Amino acid sequence: MKKAKASLITTFTWVLVFLFFFPVGWMFLNSFKSENDASSIVPKLFFNIDTSGFQRLMDRGMISYLEHSLASSVTSTLLVIALAVPAAYALSIRPIKNVQDALSFFISTRFMPAAASILPLYMIFKTLHVLDNVGALTLVYAAMNLPIAVWMMRSFFSEVPLEIVEAAQIDGANFRTELTRVVLPIVLPGIAAVALICFIFSWNEYFLATLLTSNNAKTTPPFLASFVDGRGLFLSVLSAASTVAALPVIIAGWIAQKQLVRGLAMGAVK
Amino acid sequence: MLLNKKLAAFGAMAVVSALALSGCAASTEDANAPVTLTLATVNNGQMKDMETLKGEFEKANPGITVNFQVMEEGDLRSAVTADVANAAGQYDIVTIGAYEVPQWGANGWLADLTPALTEDKAYDVEDILPPVRTALSVDGKQYAVPFYGESSILMYNKEILDKAGITVPNNPTWQQIADIAKKVNTADRSGICMRGKPGWGDLFAPLTTVVQTFGGTWYDMNWDAKVNSPEFTQAVTFYKNLLDTAGEKDPVSYSFNECLTALKNAKTAMWVDASVAASMLEADDSPVKGKMGYAHAPVVKTKESGWLWSWNLAIPANTQHKDAATKFIKWATSKEYHQLVGKTLGWTLVPPGARTSTYSIPEYKEAAAAFAPITLEVMSAVNPAQPGVNPQPWVGIQYVAIPEFQDVGNQVAQLVADALAGRKTIKEALDEGQKIAQVAGDAHKK
Repeated sequence: MKKAKASLITTFTWVLVFLFFFPVGWMFLNSFKSENDASSIVPKLFFNIDTSGFQRLMDRGMISYLEHSLASSVTSTLLVIALAVPAAYALSIRPIKNVQDALSFFISTRFMPAAASILPLYMIFKTLHVLDNVGALTLVYAAMNLPIAVWMMRSFFSEVPLEIVEAAQIDGANFRTELTRVVLPIVLPGIAAVALICFIFSWNEYFLATLLTSNNAKTTPPFLASFVDGRGLFLSVLSAASTVAALPVIIAGWIAQKQLVRGLAMGAVK
Repeated sequence: MLLNKKLAAFGAMAVVSALALSGCAASTEDANAPVTLTLATVNNGQMKDMETLKGEFEKANPGITVNFQVMEEGDLRSAVTADVANAAGQYDIVTIGAYEVPQWGANGWLADLTPALTEDKAYDVEDILPPVRTALSVDGKQYAVPFYGESSILMYNKEILDKAGITVPNNPTWQQIADIAKKVNTADRSGICMRGKPGWGDLFAPLTTVVQTFGGTWYDMNWDAKVNSPEFTQAVTFYKNLLDTAGEKDPVSYSFNECLTALKNAKTAMWVDASVAASMLEADDSPVKGKMGYAHAPVVKTKESGWLWSWNLAIPANTQHKDAATKFIKWATSKEYHQLVGKTLGWTLVPPGARTSTYSIPEYKEAAAAFAPITLEVMSAVNPAQPGVNPQPWVGIQYVAIPEFQDVGNQVAQLVADALAGRKTIKEALDEGQKIAQVAGDAHKK
């Protein structure tokens, strides 16, 4: 009975895994089909391999879009971590006055949907002559991710046993030593998790990138959408573009997998 | 205190570095400096070809470089509207549809191209198809040039209809087409494929032409909505009955690409949609190449029922590179460009529906023999100023040229799609649609 139950759960797990993986796997397969094969009414599992979709990506200069995405995502993530660490420290280990008010303020900046803030943001960018600029986009991404990063990071910092911090202080550790030698090593998995999430949010951001960039700073998501053609077939080339665009995130996630799971679980039982 | 100072210093450093990265000083124009034009456009075949050939223009005009920024249609609308309306100057040339041109022209957002086009005799502006020019002009001023145009036609699989012993007339009525569709409808092949996907540019492109030929309209001359009028209701009822009895299963998930695939795979016998589809059905890799027949869009009370759409190049009024941009759009829509496309990329790829003279090029006539004559015939015959039975207060066929129409069209399309799917009655959908349309109509009453 137990065995049957176990194998049922295993089968169910595999079915779930298949359901989750199928769209990604199908996208990968479609990227190697011709446009006619990719949009055939009867789905084709066996087909002649056609890599022209990837060639079209290169012809359209996908590399530069990936570079813009990488620059804005990595820089904004570093900026967020640099700002969120001291903020979280001040909200948990050496709490400032009115911690709850501060936390509410941080998260309240995310209450307004992006669509409502785009117009003032656009006008500010235009006035400062920073439309279509990777640096400016990076700042917006950092601002966008900072509140969530602070909240998550504060939860990880709260895990740090205060006794250890006090022991370090008694031993004469100054603020810098206390932060870099005692606190940071404990919350490193949490920082990795926050960094990965911020990177993914920035990498996938579509709405702001579409409106605030044009020529010199356009990122990968709007580039992907540019293959959608209302008057023709595009599934193969779009699948090829999506496969390439998903690779950096998959690789980053795979590398950080262990840290990520531990980091996400850290604040869960507090 | 020390911590505060350090944090403040760090914050300041971050802002300064970001501003340094951004190079926030305003750029200054140098008349002799090389010009880089940024062109915002859609991802369609004609624009991809133009990007391939732009090197010819750059060679002939040293100092001018053209950067193509290709976007998804919805993104293009949002990005270009934000840019042009705010005079942000990100784009020197924009690709806009026939729907936007008269509105943006009237708002003063676009440069008036009339002098530049009429003074250059070699450009021959009169050669642009008259209905297209009408749709791109406001008070005699032309604000855009078409690089590609289309109407809607009936496309049918001759093999299927021949087997059934059916001949399709060149100017069919909707009743004739409904009867034929029922006859050739089988369990694994629909008699006809029509768009049902909700959206003002999806479902309501063909449906509005059906409404007009049934004698209906979105608004009368006083901007009173007519969405639940007897004619509008009759047209929507006919459309639903046609799809129920002989259309594709699950019509609300069908638009241009889905019907194109169905017709290519012989999963439908007929289709009324954009004339540009004919070139895809006759492409070398198409399984139905040479097996297709083409006819005028079906009618009821009007002589023609084809729509009119063009993708156009326009110049935002505030661009700093107006001269260079004008040079480029004239080149890209010239007779010489059409010759260049034909000779370099193939004659079937010459942009259709823009210039009358294209249809006199012997090589094009031969290569596009199956669909070129009907495209020219329909595009010259449609009347964007009055496509229906009664006069209307805007210029345009399958859309209402007011800013609110995208929203109104999308909302009403959703209601009609609900009716097509059987989630609502047609009366419920159109009564609700009437209220939505009237709010927009009230804003235009004088």
